[in-house]
Amino acid sequence: MRWPPALAVGAALTAVFLGAAALSFLWTPFPTDGMDIAARLRPPGGANLLGTDHFGRDTLSMLMVGARTSLAVAVIAVGFGMAAGVPLGLLAAATRGSLVDEVVMRGNDLVFAFPALVIAILITAVFGPSAFNAILAIGIFNTPVFARVSRGAALALWTLDYVRAAQVAGKGRARISLEHILPNIANLLIVQGTIQFSLGILAEAALSYVGLGAPQGTPSWGRMLAEAQTMIALAPHTAVFPGLTIVLAVLGLNLMGDGLRDLTDPRLRRAR
Amino acid sequence: MSLLAAEGLGVTIGAGRVLSDVSLTLAPGEVFGLVGESGSGKSMTALALMRLLPAAARAEGRVSLGGRLLTGLSERAMCTVRGREIGMIFQEPMTALNPLRTIGEQVAETLVVHGAAGRAEARAVARARLDRVGLDAARFPFDRYPHELSGGQRQRVCIAMAVALRPKLLIADEPTTALDVTTQAQILDLLKGLVAEEGMGMMLITHDLAVVAGTADRVAVMQAGRIVETGPTEEVFRARRHDYTRRLLAASTHVPRRVSRATGEALLEVRGAVREYLLPRPAPLAPHPRLRAVDGVGFTLHAGESLGLVGESGSGKSTLTRLVLGLDPLAAGTIRLNGAAVSLTMPGPVRAGVQAVFQDPYGSFNPRHRVARLVAEPFHLTPLPAEETRARVAAALAAVGLPADAMERYIHEFSGGQRQRIAIARALVIRPRLVVLDEAVSALDVRVRAQILDLLAELQGRFGLSYLFVTHDLSVVRAITDRVLVMKSGRIVEEGPTARVLAAPAHPYTAGLVAATPRIPAGWIDGG
Amino acid sequence: MLRFALSRLVSLGLSLVAASLVIFAVVEVVPGDPAAFMLGMNAAPDTVAALRRELGLDAALPVRYLGWVTGMLAGDFGISYTYRVPVAELVAARLGVSLPLAVYALLLSTAIAMPVGLLAAARRGRAADWGVMAGTQLGIAVPNFWFAMLLVLVFAIELRWFAAGGFPGWEAGLWPNLKALTLPAVALALPQAAILARVLRSALIETMDQDYIRTARAKGLSGRQALLAHALRNAMIPVLTILGLQFSFLIAGGIIIENVFFLPGLGRLVFQAITQRDLIVVESVVMLLVFAVILVTFLTDLAYAAVDPRLRRRG
Repeated sequence: MRWPPALAVGAALTAVFLGAAALSFLWTPFPTDGMDIAARLRPPGGANLLGTDHFGRDTLSMLMVGARTSLAVAVIAVGFGMAAGVPLGLLAAATRGSLVDEVVMRGNDLVFAFPALVIAILITAVFGPSAFNAILAIGIFNTPVFARVSRGAALALWTLDYVRAAQVAGKGRARISLEHILPNIANLLIVQGTIQFSLGILAEAALSYVGLGAPQGTPSWGRMLAEAQTMIALAPHTAVFPGLTIVLAVLGLNLMGDGLRDLTDPRLRRAR
Repeated sequence: MSLLAAEGLGVTIGAGRVLSDVSLTLAPGEVFGLVGESGSGKSMTALALMRLLPAAARAEGRVSLGGRLLTGLSERAMCTVRGREIGMIFQEPMTALNPLRTIGEQVAETLVVHGAAGRAEARAVARARLDRVGLDAARFPFDRYPHELSGGQRQRVCIAMAVALRPKLLIADEPTTALDVTTQAQILDLLKGLVAEEGMGMMLITHDLAVVAGTADRVAVMQAGRIVETGPTEEVFRARRHDYTRRLLAASTHVPRRVSRATGEALLEVRGAVREYLLPRPAPLAPHPRLRAVDGVGFTLHAGESLGLVGESGSGKSTLTRLVLGLDPLAAGTIRLNGAAVSLTMPGPVRAGVQAVFQDPYGSFNPRHRVARLVAEPFHLTPLPAEETRARVAAALAAVGLPADAMERYIHEFSGGQRQRIAIARALVIRPRLVVLDEAVSALDVRVRAQILDLLAELQGRFGLSYLFVTHDLSVVRAITDRVLVMKSGRIVEEGPTARVLAAPAHPYTAGLVAATPRIPAGWIDGG
Repeated sequence: MLRFALSRLVSLGLSLVAASLVIFAVVEVVPGDPAAFMLGMNAAPDTVAALRRELGLDAALPVRYLGWVTGMLAGDFGISYTYRVPVAELVAARLGVSLPLAVYALLLSTAIAMPVGLLAAARRGRAADWGVMAGTQLGIAVPNFWFAMLLVLVFAIELRWFAAGGFPGWEAGLWPNLKALTLPAVALALPQAAILARVLRSALIETMDQDYIRTARAKGLSGRQALLAHALRNAMIPVLTILGLQFSFLIAGGIIIENVFFLPGLGRLVFQAITQRDLIVVESVVMLLVFAVILVTFLTDLAYAAVDPRLRRRG
């Protein structure tokens, strides 16, 4: 099967960011701990390709280290959302119209009323700031998204004759959900996963920016923007590069998600 | 002079040629039938005439209507032709109407969009057309929404919309395929009446030879994008000059060779079965009204027997099927299979006594499993060692006429007919005594259907199976059942030997059903 | 329609009760003793006791919850511990910034997205469509607060068309305030407009493939007439869903963007309250935000029913 161009570009961009985050454990162009006041706010070009910040730290190195936090928070939050949401969605679909379904869906609606930022405000107010808050807030926010997507897709499959055939073969709801439903909604969940991954990066950046995410001292793209804010007139590059990094990372994931959807959409496949 | 003349119509989509060299003429006041199996290009012909082909399609050929050449007209000019000079109705009335606008508005729109009438006048005309198609003002006011109407009523709205401006030509693309037989007969009568009244020409597109036989003056038979034969309907049916026409007609009236092996042993006993559904509350806190989908049904199916269960949509036959398969709980009554109680929780060996084949050859299989695993699924009930399972699967595939190497393939590699064979293999693999065939041949083209019916007849003799044939189609019942149950509103209204019930129905509902079912006149086939 | 509205109203009430229980549990039960939490580790025991009395923490939990809820219903949100003024006053003043900002952004985003989405769907597969798809793909990848910083850089620092931040207050008249909210509103609206335009486009394209569009074309409607008369209204159903979700995104996004422009809105209030451990203010602001989201969901449901006759009769 040929890869759609969006998928190729998106996968390449995503690979670059994951690679940079992995590489940062072994090597960065400059060290990122410690200050070098003499080297502060250097413009881009020269030894510091993307310039330095107000502590004299190299922007490129900081972006590489920051990628760890941003990507890790987003990935774990997607995992959390899937692990909690998909079983709930499958359960609700398998017990369609019952009290269980009703409870799951009402619970979903309730969580939907709490945007990720509001969850983060609540958690941080009670437990203080940490990167874990961001994971929890974004993960909780992701849960009803995955529950709703899996329930909707599963309901459509439950009306198909192969599910009836499995029932005639004496298989129970749990077994049918695992054997016949889950594998056939996996494509959809992967596509939704990339979308939530990219939303997670945006949310993590926003939370770190307002101080509800990664605490002071943990490099993250959002924190870099928060620190750049006061110097934006003086050294615009400190704000421009972290922002561009976020844009490219999110763009890569979105393109990958679109490409995966095109690849797996049965309507498109039939036309092929 | 002909009303419609098409010469050398061709359509290409991408690299595929879907229509080649289609030429036809249609006279005013004439009903012209276009028949063929799925994919033969019938609908594509209609869309090419209307110039409503998909964006990727390229068309060729000449079309003229009433002596005026349509080919070469601008899209803007074509818009004045569609709806005003050619009306069209489609197969699926449930989705053919905009769900957000009232039926009256949608009929009136035909007039307004062509500038034929002002708003008020258009409303009056729309009202008159709705009355004409049998939707009277008292029960179907102007501001009804489509979702408040049944399928047949919606098709009437579509017809009112198509004939609102009294076009010269009406194209009806499978207009009754989605409807029950009694509704089908009414819609066909309505269409014939309109043709006679307005003197318009009608092109009737259908896969059903019996519908054409009873409705069309002339007929064209299509195969693989071409018209293989054209002529007056009776002549085409009697002469069967073209080989394809011959095969099509033979298949559509095919009755498999079989001898009844019904014994006196009761295999399935249904006594006073009731299944109720709760409907939404009419008011907050009011009790849920109950719908009795199956309302005190009792019958016996004997070992070796082939029993038909017929009914229209909403008759409760699907729910009864679920009860017999032990997929739904009984509200009252009993169902016994081989003497053991059928229920949601019946043990595996009991459940293994009945298996099923469903309607949709495309939705009947998990696309991610290989055929070997698909066919072996019923062994969940009576597990066997892996080697033995494989041997049994291979034997079941061989029994339905598929090679052993089919086991390693995925379901998308098979045609609709082959899939239905695999579904039968899956039902037979654990050797049940009873097989429930739930509209198992309804989605198949006639020639494939004839083959599957032959196969079912042969397997019944070979394995001593009993069949419960659930269908809306009397021709299937006629072909393969010994006895038939007629179901209406959750009850069985008539029961008896198939030949007797179809020839001399006792219940008025059965009589109506038999009368409404279109048939090719016997003389046309046997030359009488 | 009335029955539908009533049933939605009941569900609105239930959602509010459930949400308030969650918030109450997290803010007043999880920290153990809220008074000790607010005063920090070094507080003297009698100070803590005094605050406990002041906040009414000695009462049983159900009594406290009922007191909190009935107070809110009467417009009494308690007294801010740090500001020593009624929270209702604080919140009302800040709402005067946050709410107009969200509405401004919503209007802007809708006004941009509708024609753009319609254009892309009408010119499906052509240059205009490709342009819209590329532009919106970029738009949804841009963090709004960073976009806000870029706007400040270009329009305030370089071009000096707008002030870099601040808010004159409504007593200064409509125009200066509108001007102060313009850059923040644009920063919020453009990424949302990109999402909305994409949703509208795909919803329109999907409806254009429906059977009833073919019916309309067979009646003699041109492609454009079918799009406007039949597809647009059907496509509004998914668009309404997104509009409803967007309002909560705009409220949340607004809270973040206030930081960029030094706007005295709910965001600044709540972030200060977090650092000062003023749980009373946090609790009230969160309840208000959640109330806004639930209210918008309710309004979206009503809008669905207005568009779709099939929903009106259902309870």
